[in-house]
Amino acid sequence: MKHHAAFRGERACHRNLQQHDTETMDSRSDSPSHSATPGRGAEQHSGASHDATLAHHFQSHEQQFAAGKLGMWIFLLTEVLLFGGLFCAYAVYRANRPEIFHYAYEHRFLDVNLGALNTVILIFSSFTMAWAVRCAQLGKQRGLIALLTITLVCGGLFLGNKYLEYKHKWEERLLPGKHFGYQAETGEGSPAVAASPPASSAAPQSEESPPEYVAVFFGIYFMMTGLHALHVAGGMGAIAWLIWRAAKGHFTRAYFGPVDYVGLYWHLVDIIWIYLFPLLYLIH
Amino acid sequence: MATHPLPEADSSKSYLADPPGVWSWLVTLDHKRIGVMYLVSILAALALGGFFAMLVRTELALPGQTIMGNNAYNQMFTLHGAVMIFLFIIPGIPAALGNFVLPLMLGAKDVAFPRLNLFSYYLYVIGAVFFLLTLLTGGLDTGWTFYVPYSTSTDTRVVTAAIGAFVLGFSSVFTGLNFVVTIHTLRPPGMTWFRMPLFLWALYATAIIQLLATPVLGITLLLIAAERLVGIGIFDPQIGGDPVLFQHFFWFYSHPAVYIMILPAMGIESELISVFSRKHIFGYRFIAFSSVAIALLGFLVWGHHMFVSGQSALASMIFSALTFSVAIPSAIKVFNWLATMYRGAISLATPMCYGLMFIFLFGIGGLTGLFLGALSVDVHLHDTYFVVAHFHYVMFGGTLIAFLGGLHYWWPKITGRMFSDTWGRVAAVVIFAGFNLTFFPQFVLGTRGMPRRYFDYSKLLEVHPEFAGYNMLSTIGAFLLAGGMILVAVYLLHSLWRGAPAPANPWGAATGEWQCSSPPPRENFASPPAVRDPYDFSHLVFDPRTRGYVARSSTEVAAAAQPEGG
Repeated sequence: MKHHAAFRGERACHRNLQQHDTETMDSRSDSPSHSATPGRGAEQHSGASHDATLAHHFQSHEQQFAAGKLGMWIFLLTEVLLFGGLFCAYAVYRANRPEIFHYAYEHRFLDVNLGALNTVILIFSSFTMAWAVRCAQLGKQRGLIALLTITLVCGGLFLGNKYLEYKHKWEERLLPGKHFGYQAETGEGSPAVAASPPASSAAPQSEESPPEYVAVFFGIYFMMTGLHALHVAGGMGAIAWLIWRAAKGHFTRAYFGPVDYVGLYWHLVDIIWIYLFPLLYLIH
Repeated sequence: MATHPLPEADSSKSYLADPPGVWSWLVTLDHKRIGVMYLVSILAALALGGFFAMLVRTELALPGQTIMGNNAYNQMFTLHGAVMIFLFIIPGIPAALGNFVLPLMLGAKDVAFPRLNLFSYYLYVIGAVFFLLTLLTGGLDTGWTFYVPYSTSTDTRVVTAAIGAFVLGFSSVFTGLNFVVTIHTLRPPGMTWFRMPLFLWALYATAIIQLLATPVLGITLLLIAAERLVGIGIFDPQIGGDPVLFQHFFWFYSHPAVYIMILPAMGIESELISVFSRKHIFGYRFIAFSSVAIALLGFLVWGHHMFVSGQSALASMIFSALTFSVAIPSAIKVFNWLATMYRGAISLATPMCYGLMFIFLFGIGGLTGLFLGALSVDVHLHDTYFVVAHFHYVMFGGTLIAFLGGLHYWWPKITGRMFSDTWGRVAAVVIFAGFNLTFFPQFVLGTRGMPRRYFDYSKLLEVHPEFAGYNMLSTIGAFLLAGGMILVAVYLLHSLWRGAPAPANPWGAATGEWQCSSPPPRENFASPPAVRDPYDFSHLVFDPRTRGYVARSSTEVAAAAQPEGG
């Protein structure tokens, strides 16, 4: 990727910066520029080039971009390990108590349609996010802002659906652990601390009453989808920040790293959901 | 003490003073300042953890209740462990010394992500605040291991402590991320992987573990909190959960965590042994690869903490075999250090005293780990003082000793002052004696069956009357050890005011950080230093004027210009 000399002139708001350059304005940009602030601190930059989008400890944009990209990939790896513990818990319970999962599927505890809709929304949002990154690479500010906004809206829709699902669970008392109080149609469950049925021999029950410990399913469900939803919310915050920066004209064809990195994060959030959806909603 | 000014040092431009003002420290992006802030914080944590340790040892000096009851005792050993592990030893060397030294060794201006670095530090502070809150609002008595079902049912502040540890975990993850990216992308031209100082290999291997293992601790703590707050049922057998699953999750992180603790210490050891034997490190590639091997193998042995948990015999056997294999790369390092010393010109400056202590104490600690890794033996030794002695030999005798060695080694670079080497060696001897007196008797106690985490062993005296004597010895040792540590603090602090100004290279080392002044200026290097073999000392010669080492050619030129004998 060639390094363009395009650099915006700076306003004097960055008070400690020694300004040396006023290189050519990038004629493609729509709005007057505003220098990106490389750091919070009152750091003096002694001498040399003054491209505010290149941090002082990097030699070149290529090096900075390579570092940022590697950093984000590593962060995604740590996120995979974070969720990995929960997937492991899922696997252990699925192997040891499959009847819980069968029962959950058969009684339609989870709304497959809402889940499928959410899947489509997220996949679409990954598409708009990737397109937004492409716009940033090409310096197309309006496209960038539009696509980021669509991605943000998709995230909002996803969380809205989540809210509907959780509300349904709350109403049906399909809650984790000791709060579980579901009344099956055949009406054996009691609303109180029902999750530990009397210590009769715990053979898997007939289809009329729930298997023992069915509430474990909801412990897993809420932890996994809840943690995922938190990550969606965090991603939305990051996208909003990008929109703000893009509107200020921070991103150019030479400097679009943050868009790329948030894009990677958003794809991860999507991929995790793509695993969650079949494991929780579909297989039986 | 001589206070002559040095030719090149200009204190007004040192990173300590530039830029000035307290606020500039709080928002600094300078890795050196962040390292210093970490150093102060972790030393405070060391003092706090040490205080709890002294309370534990005081209680155990005599059988029966000595100064506290059983609930208070549970809190003391829990807080000692939790504070030492999460606030001192895991962040310890990477955050306090690594942050400072890593960019300098690379000839770089900073780490890859300076803002993330500062954020890591503030996460540490927030985590520490949660631990203090835990202390002040009811404490913690679960043991640092948080085992269920006690941790989900006790009414001490488990959730507060879990939040603290969770936040600290992310501090650790981001530090690891920063170091990996820095080493990948900010090496100077000419510094290939195999021309890096071994301390950087150690930090890299540590960072891999920090990145891969810590998130699992994170999710485990979230699950504990969810279990307590919402009762999700993952670990509670009454509602369908599995308590041994907690142990698997917990040790999946906490075993690799001990390699987070020891690998940076081994990295420091490689530097110290080579410099103070004035000899090229022996077996560079073996040491480098063994660091990575320890990091990777360390993920496969967590079950050796669970031999008596009811896991299957097959699983136990596999974990035992793997545990034996992870000792091999550690042993390789020890042999390479010894081979480095062989026929070297050994100088017993304070850092080298700690370097030598490390080999002896880590040797004992590591070997006793093998005893514990043997299944049949572990059945008898599990949860006894043998385990306590083992891990203190590796964590204290290994990591803390190496930390002290590194602290003394880089003290002139960080502070610009020399400390008193005489007092340094005296304190090292006191610490060595105190440490062994404290912990060696615990091996004996353990093999004879004294359980850990007991506050009252009086009933055991009927069968084992010698327990009283060994416990008393151990407590006396603890006080001696504390005295040695306090002595270190005294002369190091004294050096800040009265120490001789330090030359750029007081020890004659060849790694990058010694090519800038002591202390370094804010930007580290005016121009990037030359890349050379980090363990080749042939170009350095001692200059009595500055009492430091300089590159050979400059003094030879100066000598040639002087009359004979000059």
